[in-house]
Amino acid sequence: MKANPDYLLEALHVVKVFGTLRANDDVTLRIKPGEIHAFLGENGAGKSTLVKMIYGALQPTSGEFRWKGERVDITNPAAARKLGIGMVFQHFSLFEALTVAENIALAMPGDFDLAALSKKIARVSKEYGLPLEPTAIVADLSVGERQRIEIVRCLLQEPRLLIMDEPTAVLTPQEADQLFVVLARLASEGCAVLYISHRLEEVKRLCHNATILRHGKIVANVDPIKETAGSLAKLMVGGDIHVVRHSRKTNAGKIRLRLNNLNLPADGPFSMPLKNISLDVKAGEVIAVAGVAGNGQSEFFDAISGERALARDDMIEIDGKPMGRHGVNQRRNAGAAFVPEERLGHGAAPGFTLTQNVVLTRHSSDPSLVKSGLLQKAGASTVSERVIKTYDVRKGKPDPEARSLSGGNLQKFVIGRELDRNPGILVVNQPTWGVDAGASATIRQAIIDLSRAGSAVLVISQDLDEIFEIADRIAVISRGELSETHPAGEISLQQIGLLMAGAHEKKEGTIHAAGA
Amino acid sequence: MRLVLEKRAERSRRMTVLSPVIAIALTLITGAIVFTFMGLDPLEALYVYFLDPVKYFWTRNPDDFWSLEQLAVKAAPLALIGAGLSVSYLANVWNIGAEGQLTAGAVAGGAIPVFFPEWQSPLTLVAMLLMGAAGGMAWSAIPAFLKNRFNASEILTSLMLVYVVQLILDWLVRGPWRDPAGHNFPQTVPFTGWQTLPVFGDSTIHLGVLFAVVAAIALAFLMGSTLKGFEIRVLGTAPRAGRFAGFSREGAVWFCFLLSGGLAGLAGIGEVMNTVGQLQPSISPGYGFTAIIVAFLGRLNPVGALVAAVVLAISYLGGEAAQVTLGVSDKIARVFQGILLFYILACDTLILYRVKLLSRATVELRA
Amino acid sequence: MNELLSVILTIITASTPLLLAAIGELVVERSGVLNLGVEGMMAIGAVCGFGAALATGSPLIGVVAAIAAGAALSMLFGFMTLILVSNQVATGLALTLLGLGLAGLVGEGYVGQPGVKLGKIDLPVLTDIPFIGPIVFGEDILVYAALALMLAVAYVLFRTKMGLIIRAVGDSHQSAHALGYGVVPVRYACVVFGGGCAGLAGGYLSLAYTPQWIENMTAGRGWISLALVVFGSWLPWRVAIGAYLFGTVMILGFSLQAIGAGIPSQLLSSLPYIVTIVALVVISGNRALTRANTPACLGQPFVPDR
Repeated sequence: MKANPDYLLEALHVVKVFGTLRANDDVTLRIKPGEIHAFLGENGAGKSTLVKMIYGALQPTSGEFRWKGERVDITNPAAARKLGIGMVFQHFSLFEALTVAENIALAMPGDFDLAALSKKIARVSKEYGLPLEPTAIVADLSVGERQRIEIVRCLLQEPRLLIMDEPTAVLTPQEADQLFVVLARLASEGCAVLYISHRLEEVKRLCHNATILRHGKIVANVDPIKETAGSLAKLMVGGDIHVVRHSRKTNAGKIRLRLNNLNLPADGPFSMPLKNISLDVKAGEVIAVAGVAGNGQSEFFDAISGERALARDDMIEIDGKPMGRHGVNQRRNAGAAFVPEERLGHGAAPGFTLTQNVVLTRHSSDPSLVKSGLLQKAGASTVSERVIKTYDVRKGKPDPEARSLSGGNLQKFVIGRELDRNPGILVVNQPTWGVDAGASATIRQAIIDLSRAGSAVLVISQDLDEIFEIADRIAVISRGELSETHPAGEISLQQIGLLMAGAHEKKEGTIHAAGA
Repeated sequence: MRLVLEKRAERSRRMTVLSPVIAIALTLITGAIVFTFMGLDPLEALYVYFLDPVKYFWTRNPDDFWSLEQLAVKAAPLALIGAGLSVSYLANVWNIGAEGQLTAGAVAGGAIPVFFPEWQSPLTLVAMLLMGAAGGMAWSAIPAFLKNRFNASEILTSLMLVYVVQLILDWLVRGPWRDPAGHNFPQTVPFTGWQTLPVFGDSTIHLGVLFAVVAAIALAFLMGSTLKGFEIRVLGTAPRAGRFAGFSREGAVWFCFLLSGGLAGLAGIGEVMNTVGQLQPSISPGYGFTAIIVAFLGRLNPVGALVAAVVLAISYLGGEAAQVTLGVSDKIARVFQGILLFYILACDTLILYRVKLLSRATVELRA
Repeated sequence: MNELLSVILTIITASTPLLLAAIGELVVERSGVLNLGVEGMMAIGAVCGFGAALATGSPLIGVVAAIAAGAALSMLFGFMTLILVSNQVATGLALTLLGLGLAGLVGEGYVGQPGVKLGKIDLPVLTDIPFIGPIVFGEDILVYAALALMLAVAYVLFRTKMGLIIRAVGDSHQSAHALGYGVVPVRYACVVFGGGCAGLAGGYLSLAYTPQWIENMTAGRGWISLALVVFGSWLPWRVAIGAYLFGTVMILGFSLQAIGAGIPSQLLSSLPYIVTIVALVVISGNRALTRANTPACLGQPFVPDR
């Protein structure tokens, strides 16, 4: 093959095998200078694997990379950075205990001079409109600020190719708009951007070219402007998308979950206190709580689930009963069910089998699992098999350990385990985070069906598409404060974005007026 | 050549069983090398240390190092402590001060014959055993409290308390508790009659051996079949999931320390009521520390600990035999025990990972 | 005056091995590894240092042997915990048991033998200054080495790129790996450094503090050093202050015994252990202080993906 200097980077027939899994199977991708190139695919399609190889963090099993037409071996990230490849990770590669300048210094070659570097950071961050304080400790910063560190870290190395892995997943719509301005400017300066996303609208808006990956193989290379979001989605999933059936409902029933001025102090230096949260969740409705990660969502979940006790019993009422000082099992016995964000290690114990994981959350509410302190293995297996069958949990052997399941299948199991109890109240944190489209649709449908059968459902989510798909009413959490709820049909994406940025924190009234 | 780990999807059951066997084999090979360096014929030395005595397994002569009875008596405290530590370590509660809890149990139980030398009734026996367990529990309650209340590392506090209680024992037997008729030796009055553990028939196997077997079976049942055992295992490997299940971390810390401390205390009073026969400055050849190895060799399973205790007891007795027959120091036993623990921990890697050696000709050590 | 002088001099020598071992462990823990085997590495350092000095007649060769022995044992720990990803707590305990056992076996022939003492320096004029002279200019060379080591570690950790990398690896091995840093080599180097320091601390005991070999002569100092790292909240200068405070407590116990205050000697001997517990409680109760400096990855296993 002749060198083709038209392209900045070429990945040619790249294969990457993990054990028996072909994560990338003969992948060929070509990126031109100055183009914003979308790289699309479902969770688990193999996008991150290819991108990590381009960044030198993984090595291909076979295939090759060419940089400006020359064959290159990218043996490690330092080599990638030397070529001019920068990367902004989805799960940031930052050091929480270190300062902004120290974090950036770790990615810079050459001499170690924090003072000089701080000046450069100030200059570049001003130039691109990405304000940063070099001496701030990362642990104290918001998600948006953390992403700015990652971007500035790349920009300081004057990259020719910038890889961005799901950059807008953690941003407010307004922050995302600002990011698009930066990316467009970089592209106009000749820097190529490899843009990984599953938000198809933003791909259509931003990108010049799109390559689509499915099950490790390239299935298409298209011009996103000529496609619709629907046609792109079809290419990603490889078939028709399961549409969630949803009849908007306004005649909600009685209040089943009530939060009265819920307050919770911060638990350590890196935790968010909850301030005066009041909310009613009624029978038959789904309320979604939107917000940028790290604004108190996990504290909010812990407070409702009872993993952290509250100061007063009346801060939480379940079906009219005060439960604020009651533990998680008492709340379960009162009819509530909970699904946390982290499936492995929180919702399920990784080294335990699915049957044992049934016992984990149902040992006090389900008498068929434990009798006078003794585990009833038969009872647990019955439940486990029923959940596996009803929610189509796919697995390699009859009763595998939780850690061996894929993210989507484990999530179906963890949610199914609670739905199987037919709970009166369901609280779910990030129900489809990192889950493929098929499993997402199953989970969302199950959540809606539960509410329509008379249960109250509270969903905490960062995914605005998901929120609009399933919610009847929407509230927004920001810095531990919860906004008023708004009917899903009456609030726009932009209004939610303003709330996510904290517009309601002190001047609740103005937004309310804007929303009305 | 490079050594690379590949994570298994699940724990390998085969390796869970095989790893201690491999570890013991590797220890024997290392032993042979060590003996060679000491100028001994390695095969002969290994034979003397580990195998020769097997032929005396069924002998009833208590003077033989290797009588089965000797082995049982040596293994009993190790098994008792090891079973408790297994439960603790499964819960990720690192009690490494069992030697101190053993001493505290001996002191608490030994106080009865010191203060009431004339009291002879079956109740004396019961009271001493209960006091022994209570002493071990009381001493283990300190690190448990400090962990729960102040988040102080239980590893360091439980270990520091070993030194403290050993010094207290030293002071007692040299000072206030010294036997006035003991020619100024640092020891208490000798324990007699109901102040010693009854033995079975005319053997040397005492009640403590029975305790060890019962404790192992009971704790294996607790861990395998009860909600409490489930709770401890979940809290040990996935604390966040444990909290989500409504299990209390603080409660588990208390439970594990009191359980392992109580069993160590029982082992301690058992030792002074039988093997030692009175309180003196040194009452244990480091059983509390060796039991750490017992727990790991036994796969943190209480019944496994029973088997492992026998292996470790052999290493003690083999050390004594080697000293007599081969003229090597019995301190070599401690070295073998340490090496054994290293090998177990190394082999445990095989349970969660496949180990691959990458070289030009890729060699795979698949398991 | 003379008694006070001799007390101060013994406090400094009693503190030095604690400082050496704790500074080494501090670097290990800053990189995210918890090596509980300090006691074992100290014991091996003590016996090898003693033996090498005895064989060659040179205390300096003894010092080198002590460092080498501690480092060698720590390599074993590094292989186990970093390459085979074994449980760090259990492996550290194994290292202690093996180190103490091995030291007892190797040292059996040295019991009762007179050792080779590392001499104190004697500068003309300076050492002769009354009171100040012997304290500031008349110690053995390792006392200064320990202080210099503490300053060097503080400088490297907080003023150089190498130190930044060590702290980064201890804070998030995932991020460090993603940026292309070799987590395992960095940690391995820190573990071996810590092992060398622990070996040196042991060598100090058998070459300078009490120049002889006694089994279990480390007497829990390795464990106290581990506690000192927590007590000093992973900051070198605080660890140094802690080491000298502990040295003072130890020597005060001995001095009270000498005066004969009527307190049983065993109870005075237990003072350092009790003070260690109290210190741990006081510092661990203060969560803001400990959390701010605790390496986030301390004790966490790391397996790089390929």
